[in-house]
Amino acid sequence: MNSLLELYWTFVKIGCVTFGGGYAMLPILERELVDKRGWTTMDDLRDYFSIGQVTPGIIALNVSTFIGEKRGKVKGAIAATTGFLTGPIIIILIIAMFLRNFADIPEVQHAFAGIRVCVCVLILQAVLRLWKKSVVDPFTLGLYIAVFVLHAFSGLLPVRIPAAVLVILSGIAGILAARHKNGKAAGKEAKGQ
Amino acid sequence: MMTILNLMYEFFKTGLFSVGGGLATLPFLYEMSARHPEWFSNADIADMIAISESTPGAIGINMSTYAGFRAAGIPGGILASLALALPCVIIILIIARFLAKFRQNRLVEGAFYGLRPASLAMISAAGLNVARIALVNMEALTNGAGLGEFFIWKAIILAVLIFIGQKKLKWSPLIFIALSAVVGIIFKF
Repeated sequence: MNSLLELYWTFVKIGCVTFGGGYAMLPILERELVDKRGWTTMDDLRDYFSIGQVTPGIIALNVSTFIGEKRGKVKGAIAATTGFLTGPIIIILIIAMFLRNFADIPEVQHAFAGIRVCVCVLILQAVLRLWKKSVVDPFTLGLYIAVFVLHAFSGLLPVRIPAAVLVILSGIAGILAARHKNGKAAGKEAKGQ
Repeated sequence: MMTILNLMYEFFKTGLFSVGGGLATLPFLYEMSARHPEWFSNADIADMIAISESTPGAIGINMSTYAGFRAAGIPGGILASLALALPCVIIILIIARFLAKFRQNRLVEGAFYGLRPASLAMISAAGLNVARIALVNMEALTNGAGLGEFFIWKAIILAVLIFIGQKKLKWSPLIFIALSAVVGIIFKF
């Protein structure tokens, strides 16, 4: 019971600071879940983010469910996910009840302009952290550049390619490239003998 | 009672079909406001985008809380949000089971070989999107104000300080988020 409560409370904290579409969450998750508690590894986190891109729902929520499941099966998943939702629900209920013009308050705007700067840095650090293990050879570098250009500048394209389609295509490309690579390795081994 | 069930059904559907992040829920929300104008209006959606940019939590969750509250009070707000999250939780539970079994499978390994750089590219693009608002003034490009106006210098200085501070101090990212908010208020970002 205690561990479920700890799981819930950890994700309450994480849910309260998830600005910027969930990606800025990565350094926070790394600190809270990998460094402090040892509940998961950075590699697993990264894979959860990859899966979160293709499955329905908000990525941050998917990641919460994954880690909750890992810690405590279905109960753990529910504890982590409801924990993650607690902060945002309370904040919006308060805004809906009392602060209709919340977003127009100058101090709020200044504070969040400051937070956005921090979010940029957090995302940059997440990218630098993951780079070494994700971009390992010319194929993965090419795929990184292609997806980045198609996704970041999708507004300039005649048709907007949905992120989920990009991710599925990348998965297929990965399967084909890995097969090709393994085929070559096997060929070399055979020659060596 | 019917209202709450109806709300939950609508947000469950939204949660099931919006793939890949908070903004993917927008088309569903616009549809919903057309069908249920008593829950929220298009103007409410625009407000909620602004609020979601300045609060934690994704737009989908925020909108479901807001609409649920408008339609059926606090229980409505909570239940609508849970309904939005439910399909996502169910699907991830299934995938988590599958992943535990097939993690070593060659096909799954191969798929991740491609998924990792793709996912990293999307994280980078999200960072670029935030940077485009936080660090530079895109309007300066179109009105010909010059490069000095293009960069928001105080934001860039703060970004560099946070970057160095994180490397040297090893504080929790939460502290840097709180400090950035304070700096933003004091220096009127």
